[in-house]
Amino acid sequence: MEILANIINGASLGSVYAIIALGYTMVYGIAKMLNFAHGDVIMVGAYVCFCAVSYLGLPALAGVLISVVACTVLGIVVERLAYKPLRNAPSLNVLITAIGVSYFLQNAALLIMGSDPKSFSSIISLPALQLFDGKLTISATAVITILACVVIMAALTMFTGKTKMGKAMRACSEDRDAAQLMGINVNSTISMVFAIGSGLAAIAGVLMCSAYPTLMPTTGSMPGIKAFTAAVLGGIGSIPGAALGGILLGIIEILARAYISTQLADAVVFAVLIIMLLIRPAGLLGKPVNEKV
Amino acid sequence: MGIKALNPQTRSTIITYAIVIVAFIAVTLLDGMGFISNSLSGQLVPICAYVSLAVSLNLVVGVSGELSLGHAGFMSVGAFTGVVVAGCLARMGVDSEIVLFVGAAVVGAIAAGIIGFLVGIPVMRLRGDYLAIVTLAFGEIIKNLLNNFYIGIDDAGLHFSMTDTASLGMNQGTILINGPKGAVGIDKISTFVLGIILVLITVAVVLNLMHSRDGRAIMAVRDNRIAAESVGINVTKYRLMAFTVASALAGAAGVLYAMNYSTITPSQFDFNQSILILVYVVLGGMGNISGSIISAAFLTVLPEILRPINQYRMLLYAIVLILVMVVPHTRIYQRIAEALRGRLRKAPADAAIAAEGGEGDE
Amino acid sequence: MSKFSDFARARREGTKMVPVPSVSIMPERDLGKAPALECLHLGIDFGGLKAVDDFNITVGRTEICGLIGPNGAGKTTVFNLLTKVYQPTRGTIMVDGQDTAGMNPARVNQMGVARTFQNIRLFDSMTVEENVAVGLHNQHHCGMATSILRLPHHWKSEKYYHERALELLDIFDMTGLADHEAGSLPYGAQRRLEIVRALATNPKLLLLDEPAAGMNPSETAELMENIVKIRDRFQIAIMLIEHDMNLVMNICEGICVLNFGKIIAKGTPEEIQQNDAVIEAYLGKQKEVEA
Repeated sequence: MEILANIINGASLGSVYAIIALGYTMVYGIAKMLNFAHGDVIMVGAYVCFCAVSYLGLPALAGVLISVVACTVLGIVVERLAYKPLRNAPSLNVLITAIGVSYFLQNAALLIMGSDPKSFSSIISLPALQLFDGKLTISATAVITILACVVIMAALTMFTGKTKMGKAMRACSEDRDAAQLMGINVNSTISMVFAIGSGLAAIAGVLMCSAYPTLMPTTGSMPGIKAFTAAVLGGIGSIPGAALGGILLGIIEILARAYISTQLADAVVFAVLIIMLLIRPAGLLGKPVNEKV
Repeated sequence: MGIKALNPQTRSTIITYAIVIVAFIAVTLLDGMGFISNSLSGQLVPICAYVSLAVSLNLVVGVSGELSLGHAGFMSVGAFTGVVVAGCLARMGVDSEIVLFVGAAVVGAIAAGIIGFLVGIPVMRLRGDYLAIVTLAFGEIIKNLLNNFYIGIDDAGLHFSMTDTASLGMNQGTILINGPKGAVGIDKISTFVLGIILVLITVAVVLNLMHSRDGRAIMAVRDNRIAAESVGINVTKYRLMAFTVASALAGAAGVLYAMNYSTITPSQFDFNQSILILVYVVLGGMGNISGSIISAAFLTVLPEILRPINQYRMLLYAIVLILVMVVPHTRIYQRIAEALRGRLRKAPADAAIAAEGGEGDE
Repeated sequence: MSKFSDFARARREGTKMVPVPSVSIMPERDLGKAPALECLHLGIDFGGLKAVDDFNITVGRTEICGLIGPNGAGKTTVFNLLTKVYQPTRGTIMVDGQDTAGMNPARVNQMGVARTFQNIRLFDSMTVEENVAVGLHNQHHCGMATSILRLPHHWKSEKYYHERALELLDIFDMTGLADHEAGSLPYGAQRRLEIVRALATNPKLLLLDEPAAGMNPSETAELMENIVKIRDRFQIAIMLIEHDMNLVMNICEGICVLNFGKIIAKGTPEEIQQNDAVIEAYLGKQKEVEA
């Protein structure tokens, strides 16, 4: 029973990673950049929701909505101001800019909200699920997190597969110049991807803080790195890969924490990543790219 | 000593050494006259450490062209090895600070070099962003492992454990490394002079390597891997060489850094530390050693300079970082730069075009 | 132009082509020695598609051999197989009598195969001289520690690289460009530098992938002269892919025509020019042309 509970908790944490990783992977696919500030958008999302619920007294769902809107706007603004001028710059310059944005968001949050951790009250007030005569208890947060991940995955797959905008996104990530020649507005497509990714990050932030209620300006960095790891593990650029990688990573992390060592859990997670990449250098669902000679 | 007295390579080499030496003399003079504040003079050794780290990371990122996000890991391997070595030497009765430091730095560098080599073997099979994430992963693994290391020394020798200090089973010994609490009671033997010497050694190693047979091979692999293979260069060997040398140099810099504080913890050497060093390298310019030196020194001092606006300094630091990256790519900046360049270089440029025209190509 | 063609034809008239056992031909003067290159049933599949199949060829020690064919025929793939950029699915490659099975590109180069690339691949941020010095990498050794400590051997090595690089650059009168950045060179000079860099590795077989692409007629004429000059001076075999038929027909002694990954004809330039299969591959069927 215990192992089942751990796997479900792992899948729940993994769902958070997966939702964040979706943002990473979509941005990488289209803009070919590692958006290191993505983890901090999670933190912003959680703070916005926290403020809306605790200070303004709004209902939880409204808090989530406001936080999604705020992060979506934030994503678009950051892209326009910081990343768009660097569209043709070396990728490392973009990386450093993203790190600058990450520092900026963290320190802005520090100034506004202070360094003391805020206790985030879960937005989900449903009772925990009791299964097998109470032998297995699953928190409602875990269930809803996993459900949210499934819904988001399905919606994104539909969106990229069926809609015009989604097809434009896929075209841009395949070959940006060719897409432009076919009349696709690359700039607005990239903005769209940042908007979606940041909106998802807000949801991830709220869900994560519902499960792990300590909220600090640096709350987003470690999940951000883990989600990035998950995106690479699944094959960066691949949407199902990000989901698979995220959930696997979450399960491995929780199992390692439970059965190996709490302190070494992260080491185990990263070791698994390394081993996986050595076996499949392009990630689980990534396609290897051969250089044309 | 060069083949031609002052080709551009020799000139930039001389300038690089000159920057370090002039900075050293200037700081020493200013310090003697009392112009250097206490907080700033406390930063002198870390500045040297960060300069060495930036120069060594430039060997990987700039010269070899691989994005490494785990440099702090090798720094910490050096730092903790150095602490243990210095502890052992001190217990063996060595009391010369120079000997302690050199012993710690050499062994620290070797240990970091070995770890760098071992990490490099799997890492160098990967490319691009995958390589970057794996270096990040190794950095985090090293941090996590060090968080679980307990090392102590008594008359019977070194004791090692991965659970807690009690299981070391020591008999009135000294605890050198105490898990997440890190290394405690370090002899603060790093000095500015030692720091400058380490910087000069690091610069010499990197520049001498760059301007040699092996360095050219490393740069050839960076510029065009397939072409490098086609002229018989063992790509893995040279990527691994750059990675290992850089790791060893980072280890030495880690020793310098550690020996400046009485306590260091493994969590100081995390992903953010690696990123910080990477920022120095990118701002200073890829493969540009003097650029790394200047940007590492400047960016280490910047938060000190910004101390009067304490609250906002890290925010300002972030904004400076973004602006430095973004502004050169804005249209207004490019137009101004072009206008200036046009005015300054009009005459030589014309001459160059005339000379090229003589070539008669295309 | 015509002056040069006469020169090339005059050179070739001294060569008599004879058949050799492995269903191929080579210049008579190379008969007694092991061929520079021998391929037997070489082939590679890309996901079911036979990109190259049953490729057999023998290249004499000092032969200039042309590899021609329509676009997409698999010519560059053959070069990629010979240099092990791709591992062959089947068949054997013998360089100077030695099987290269299982070798990587670097090892194959050390065996004596050097190449240039269709889309130029120079070390762009390095100088012209450094590019050639990288080519000389395996011709002279100097360890890492020696270099870092700047021991006397390091300076001796640097002197060797410098002098040898200039000597090689002199083939194309490029010594004046030694300190220029390779990436900033004009197109033609970049192509020439690639050849010099390949020569620096001291090859037995030099593979040139469209050496005349993008060159004007006078540059091409100069290049033809230089290719022959290189062969004579270094006594090596040269295999080239080229679309400029003037160049191919004038300097190649043996020609191999590829279409859809298979050899459709082998022979002297005269034979190839009259071969029906070749004419069909290039121009389509006679009937269609008339219709």
